[in-house]
Order: sequence, then structure tokens, then C-alpha cells
Amino acid sequence: MTKDQIQARFLLNWPGFSLDIDLTLPGRGVSALFGQSGSGKTTLLRCMAGLERAGQGFLSFKDEIWQNGKTWLPPHRRPIGYVFQEASLFPHLSVLNNLQYGRKRIPEARQTDLDPIIDLFGIGHLLDRKPDRLSGGERQRVGIARALAVNPRLLLMDEPLSALDSARKQEILPYLEKLRDRLDIPIVYVSHSPDEVARLADYLVAMNNGKVVTHGPLKETLARIDLPIRLGEEAGVVLDAVVAERDPQWHLAKLDFPGGSLWTRDKGIALGRRVRVRVLARDISLACDNREHSSIQNVLPGEVEAIADDEHPGLALVSVKVGPSVLVARLTKRAAHRLEITPGQAVWLQIKSVALME
Amino acid sequence: MILSTGDLQAVILTLELALVVTAVLFVAGTPIAWWLARTKSRWKGPIGAVVALPLVLPPSVLGFYLLLAMGPNGPVGRLTNALGIDPLPFTFEGLVLASVFYSLPFMVQPLQNAFEAIGDRPLEAAATLRASPLNAFFTVALPLALPGFLTAGVLTFAHTVGEFGVVLMIGGNIPGITRVASVQIYDHVEALEYGEAHSLAAVMLIFSFLVLLTVYAWRPGAKKA
Repeated sequence: MTKDQIQARFLLNWPGFSLDIDLTLPGRGVSALFGQSGSGKTTLLRCMAGLERAGQGFLSFKDEIWQNGKTWLPPHRRPIGYVFQEASLFPHLSVLNNLQYGRKRIPEARQTDLDPIIDLFGIGHLLDRKPDRLSGGERQRVGIARALAVNPRLLLMDEPLSALDSARKQEILPYLEKLRDRLDIPIVYVSHSPDEVARLADYLVAMNNGKVVTHGPLKETLARIDLPIRLGEEAGVVLDAVVAERDPQWHLAKLDFPGGSLWTRDKGIALGRRVRVRVLARDISLACDNREHSSIQNVLPGEVEAIADDEHPGLALVSVKVGPSVLVARLTKRAAHRLEITPGQAVWLQIKSVALME
Repeated sequence: MILSTGDLQAVILTLELALVVTAVLFVAGTPIAWWLARTKSRWKGPIGAVVALPLVLPPSVLGFYLLLAMGPNGPVGRLTNALGIDPLPFTFEGLVLASVFYSLPFMVQPLQNAFEAIGDRPLEAAATLRASPLNAFFTVALPLALPGFLTAGVLTFAHTVGEFGVVLMIGGNIPGITRVASVQIYDHVEALEYGEAHSLAAVMLIFSFLVLLTVYAWRPGAKKA
């Protein structure tokens, strides 16, 4: 057993659904359990929390065993924080008492000051309110803060954004990003949204039908086109980059990533900041020569690594090495045929747009 | 409207009985309601049906069986005998025991509804916030089910006040011990004392109406049992 890992093996059979998991997750960073509804990702999370008990299972968290044969730690004895899809605040308690509920039940030695959490989520002005007087976004912020107030060693989040409309999602996402950057405990994050996963996750677990389809570090896993992760329109890679230059005349920022650089709209992010960049496969075209006269500003030289079928029979995914980085392009098979794309071939990537994620 | 000493005694005895029965049922009925609301056991159906029996059974049937059980050869009778306690029939205690059975569904069903309405989620949230199941019951389930407790308490109290058949079977008609208001009215009518019957009946009518008004009107939008 490695000290800094989470090991989970669960076998669970329900009428019409079964979970069969054998998984090792890193003991740090955000691990995303990704899949469509019914893929078993929430059930897996609930098994980790102890809210569901798989008849056969093993779960170890770092150096502790939470489940093994007959040994089974009930949820209230596990050092976890859990965020539900709907905030699930206690309606009879004020926001402050919701925050205090778990906090006062942990050993005094582990209790931390509430103020930094309250500040982080900007809920200081809501403390006296009852949950029914909060907006959906505020409720979820309190829900996350409440889970953190128990000073957990593992944070489990079950699609915390899925009950919110897209404006509320945009309201919460920055808090989650702050959380990821400031928290030194592992987070297991259930999501069916490729966008959320790309923004937040460090490690990706793709699930389908109660089984793990593939898992691995996010960037490498997204760049592999031989894996059966079906992302459709959302297929693409995530790159780590640094803001290297800001062009005030055109309101553009230059992002350096290992192997090249990309220009994008300047969102006012300071020079030198580390950012995540998401490049979707559908936004990359391949060309055999570098056409100078094009509206596309981001053109990079690369070398074809591999070609694979996409979901649609008319489409192919091509992974292209740009220095040490790998980008994935999607094109029609006819285009691939006409360009005679083969592994090892030098190509130009024309990148129509990139999404910068702070 | 002035009640005679006998009438007053009967009214006080009735209220005493109803209070004790309600108190006993709060303690005994809550775990049953909690179990019925949360269990996935196959016994849920049968147990639920047994709890509901007094709703449909003629009180005389229930009273008859209870009388047999409490009698010298019944299981309860043997127990009281072994413990050196007087037999329960025709005592206030016997009346309490019988009324507890008779009013059981009026306590259990509103509570069960209230517990079911809470759902699993608040209790799961409490568990992930380090509350043991018992702790979660007292700090989350109980406060959230409070309106259900009020309904259950009032209905149980009122239903015990209104019982007649079981009292006659178990308690008979002993002034100050088992002669409750409903029996007293029956006596008045039997003795053709219509004036006295009127007074006491009116007191019961007004009381019952006020009790039900509390349940149905005082909390708008509340769950009706």
C-alpha cells in the first residue's frame, strides 16, 4: 500500500446496475470521475464516503483502511467533506449554524478558524440567514464551505454545479479553482461536464456502465486518441502555459507552453501567471504548408504522432506533437486521406480558438 | 353550563388518561414510526398493517382481546401476577395500556409521514458532518419533523379523549378510576338524564372541535394526518 494514494475496489450488484471498480487515485490534486449519468460515478463516490456500502470492497485512504472485508468505517467516522449535487443545507439552521454543525463535531485539535473559509466563499453577509433565503449559487457556496469546515482530509464533490444554471456555474467555478489551488488535500470530483473537468482536474477517471474505462493524469489522458473516452464535440487537450506577453494595442496575450506559444484574447491576467489552456480538437485544422494569408493567427509546426477513428465514421482524430506537447486535431477522413496524413509527417496546425482557464 | 362533581371527575380523569397515553406514545411510537419510515425490511408491510389495525377494528374486538391478554390466564395477566402486581383490567393502568394500543396509529402514522417527508439527504449530510445516526436523529430529523410531532400529539390526545368501546371492555365504569367522559355521557343517557348528557356532550364537542382546529387551521399548509 502506497502512503500517498487512495485505493478503491468495489463490487456492487443492484437490479439493473452493477459497479465493478478497481482503482488507485493520487493522494493529491483533483481527480475527476467523469462519465454520463448512469455510469456509476456518483455511486463510486458514495461508496468512498460510506453512504453506500458495497458488499465486497476495499478502500484505503493514504495509511488508513476504511473498508476491508467486514471492516467498514461508517460515514460519520471518515475524515471526509462531502458536497452534494443540491447543497442539502439543513433548512432549520442558519448559514452559520450549518457551517458550525460539522465543525463542532470534530476534535478540538483539528478545528480551524471559520473566517478564512467564509472569506474564500464570500458568504460573510449571509451568516444569519436561513437556507430558504439564499439563491442557488449562494446555497452551493455555503454547502462547499460547510464541507470544508470539518477540516477534512479528503473532499468528495458530487457534481456541485449541475443543479445550477450556467450563470451560477460561472459564479461558482472561480471559487472551485481557488479551492483547488489553495487546498492541500485531495479532491474527488464527479462531473459529466468536459469543460469542468478540463478546468479543474489533474487526474481523469472515465467511467461507463459501472466500470472504469480509462484513468490517468488529465493532460496525458486527453492527448491519447487510442483510449475509448467519448467526448464528441468536447474532445481536445489541456496545456499548462505561462502568460509571456501582453499586447495592449490588439488586446491579446501570448501564452507560452512547452513547445510553442499561442495568442489569445487578453483577459487581464498578469504576466508570468500560470494558466491552463484548453484547445478543442474541432478548433484545429491541419495543413501541409504554412499559408501566410489567413485570419488564423495561431499556426504551429508539428509532427503527426498517430491517427485514430473518431465516434462518427466520417471523422478522424489526429494527435500531433508540438515540441514535448501533444495536441489533438479532428478532421474528416476524406481530408486526412487527401493530405495523406501519416505518422511522422510534418504538418502545420491552424488553431482557430483556445480557451484560457485561469 | 355547570358540570356536576361526577361529570367534572370524569372530565379530569379523561384528560389525565389522554395525557399519560400521549406521553407514553411519544416515547413508544417514535421509534416505530422511524423504523417504518426508513426500513427496507420485508416486515415493513406486516408491521405497518398491525399498527393500523385499530383504525378499522371495532373497539370491542380490540378490547376483548386485550381483556383476555390481561386476564389471569392471559400472557399479560401472568406477567403481572408473577411480578406481584394487581391484574390490570378495571384499573387506570389497564386503561392506559389498552388506550396505547387503541391510539397507536394516530401517533405512528403522522410521525411516519413526517419522517418520510424528510428523506435520506439531510441525514446523509449530517453523517458526512460527523453526526452519528442517533445524533443526526435528534439534531436533524427531530427538528425537521416537529410539525409532525405536533399533529401526532394532538390527534393521539383527542382520539384517546374520544374512546368509548375499549374503555367499557377493559375499564368498566368505576367512578374516579375508569369512568371517563364518554362513559359518563352514556350513563346519563341510559338514566334519561338528558340535561346532564347535553352539558357534558357539549363540552366534549367544543373541546374536540378546538383540538382539530389547532391541527388543521393553526399551521397553514401543514400536512394533514
